[in-house]
Amino acid sequence: MLTQSILFVVLVVGGTALASWPLGRYMQWAMDPADLPSGISGWKTRAFAAIGGPLAASSQNWTRYMSAMLAFNLVMFAVCAAILALQQHLPLNPDGRPALEASLIFNTAASFTSNTNLQHYSGEVSLSYLSQLGALMWLQFVSAATGIAALAALARGLAGRPLGNFFLDIQRACFLVLLPAALVLAVLLVIGGVPMTFEGAAIATTLEGVQQTIARGPVAAFVSIKQLGTNGGGFFGPNSTHPLENPGFWTNIIEMVAIILIPMACVWMFARIIGRLRHGGVIFAVMLAFLLVKIAGSVYFEAAPTRAFAGLPIDQTLGNLEGKEMRFGPAGGPLWSVLTTSTSNGSVGAMHDSLNPMTGLMPMVGMWLNATFGGVGVGMINMFLYIVVGVFIAGMMIGRTPEYLGWRVEAREVKLALLALLAHGLFVLGGTAIFAATPWGADTLNNTGPHGFSEILYEFTSASANNGSGFEGLGDNTMPWNIATGIVMLLARFIPILLPLAIVGSLSGKRRSAESNGTLSVEGGVFGTMLAATIVVVGALTFFPAATLGPIAEHVTTMN
Amino acid sequence: MQSLLASIRIAAMTMLICVAGYATAVWAVAQAAFPDGANGSLVTGRGGAIVGSRQIAQAFTQPGSFWPRPSAVDYNGAAAGGSNKSPTSPDIAARGREMVERYGATPQFLLPADLAAASGAGLDPHISEAGALYQTARVAQARGLDPARVEALVRTTAFSPGGYLTPDRIVNVLELNLALEML
Repeated sequence: MLTQSILFVVLVVGGTALASWPLGRYMQWAMDPADLPSGISGWKTRAFAAIGGPLAASSQNWTRYMSAMLAFNLVMFAVCAAILALQQHLPLNPDGRPALEASLIFNTAASFTSNTNLQHYSGEVSLSYLSQLGALMWLQFVSAATGIAALAALARGLAGRPLGNFFLDIQRACFLVLLPAALVLAVLLVIGGVPMTFEGAAIATTLEGVQQTIARGPVAAFVSIKQLGTNGGGFFGPNSTHPLENPGFWTNIIEMVAIILIPMACVWMFARIIGRLRHGGVIFAVMLAFLLVKIAGSVYFEAAPTRAFAGLPIDQTLGNLEGKEMRFGPAGGPLWSVLTTSTSNGSVGAMHDSLNPMTGLMPMVGMWLNATFGGVGVGMINMFLYIVVGVFIAGMMIGRTPEYLGWRVEAREVKLALLALLAHGLFVLGGTAIFAATPWGADTLNNTGPHGFSEILYEFTSASANNGSGFEGLGDNTMPWNIATGIVMLLARFIPILLPLAIVGSLSGKRRSAESNGTLSVEGGVFGTMLAATIVVVGALTFFPAATLGPIAEHVTTMN
Repeated sequence: MQSLLASIRIAAMTMLICVAGYATAVWAVAQAAFPDGANGSLVTGRGGAIVGSRQIAQAFTQPGSFWPRPSAVDYNGAAAGGSNKSPTSPDIAARGREMVERYGATPQFLLPADLAAASGAGLDPHISEAGALYQTARVAQARGLDPARVEALVRTTAFSPGGYLTPDRIVNVLELNLALEML
């Protein structure tokens, strides 16, 4: 069984890594076309400029790029909130879903605008088909496109070129990258048995004569972009553990590939735009190393049997099956849990609340780092923050002026980078502290002791990492949870996009020097090691004390 | 202000193409080429009434039927969910004891774990082949059938969901029970 598990992991991760190479090349062609007056590239740009209007015509500096992005995201939030608030009056509501509560509308709109997809509702219980498609699925396209656009701008700035135009970039990402990929994936899912209908729920009379209502809907289109855009918000409450959202072993493989495909390709796109493929290779290798360590940890810890069955006459050779589906095989659940949290996806293929304690730590580590591939576009942007800090520390150690790609990294840039990285820690730990100490959190738990603490810690981690998965036992549809996590999601989305753009703005005001033998090469093992060390020190150690109170405490007190 | 206008134009266009156009295209392909899966893999019984979905577990409680995995939501196809309990939770231990009692498991006759652990959505339509074979004696006795025939039926219905990658075979409970009616 170990052989099969290893082969399974290699197939999914290795296969996707290979596929990310040509996709990265395509994404560079789509997102950063050469300025040709004619040909396909010129035609595309003219069409997008026509849709965007006069503001889409010229290049923007970093402040203009930023305000364009914020304006578009404001429209996203407003449209989503309006559709959710009015769903009971709008069409495409065959099952008659009623009005939603105000704080839930705020939380959901914030969640999907910020590419988080934290869900304090259950799709098949609360939402009309119009809310699912027009509000949420739309944001799954445009919020993912926002991240890809921001990365393209960042890369252009680092290459010493103008940042580009947000109104063009967002359309390139939507129409040229996400839409074709989503169409292909949706058709594959339909072939695999995922429903795509506008009919309401089916009513069955079971073989034992009981009535069973079977929720269905336009699932395939939704699930496809949910997986590709590191969105993660499921059509149904239990996400991709639901048999209609993920009907079989092969759809499970396809959906897992879709989780990491575009985040991986973003690294290559970044490397191509800055014109440094070897540097991209080093970054890719560092990210992949972190990913594989977490996968090994989770598959290993999840092979341990359900502790609660100890002493009962139950055969547990398959490991812990609570919250898992038989059709995905033993490694399906733990592998998915790592992929979905290493990227900022947040869909689930097994219930994270029911993972063994140390397995449950792996998703949290993924979200604390949030850069070992990370969300579409924004994962690479987060990695850029670690690079800035790493380069600075390395420069101090060898006594040279810290430089990155020929740009002098000085106190101002490092302060901005650290601010963005430490904000994550503040949101996660501060939020957890407040909710663990008050009835806001304590009254909503589904488990007691360290596992209950883990539920709160996981929720804030997921909100701040813009991930969206959860220890779903938590009763999180309350006013305090909705408002607190809503605010955290929005801040944690925009701070790590705006500050890196500010860093690039600051760098591009300086004179760029040629890289020489005196500067630390960004293409070798030394740089890779330095980067990995920075990630561990800044990213992981911030959260280690909290981890000991939650999953580690549960493991040492109950698993032996 | 101008930024908002540009944003609204792009919002309208993405809504039109990425939501209306995309969803309609996927729907058209699905309904034209794969109508069965596209409508929820529904199963009709004698007389054309819907008896369930092949992909959704339903409750079976009679001794003459194969029983599915336990469900944290009582097989509610309109509000799915798992137990979300830690595998160290006493509630999981209590359900384990209940299942041991229900199936009459003993240290010599160990209960396969999938029959005691609830799935993620509470709607897992499958049990392990071992879990089905575990129930053949009860089913055969209740129906007055030869246990060997029921066992053979389980073995022919079981399949390996991922081929070589998943050596542990599984069985679809609804399909197995429907096939049982035909014996």
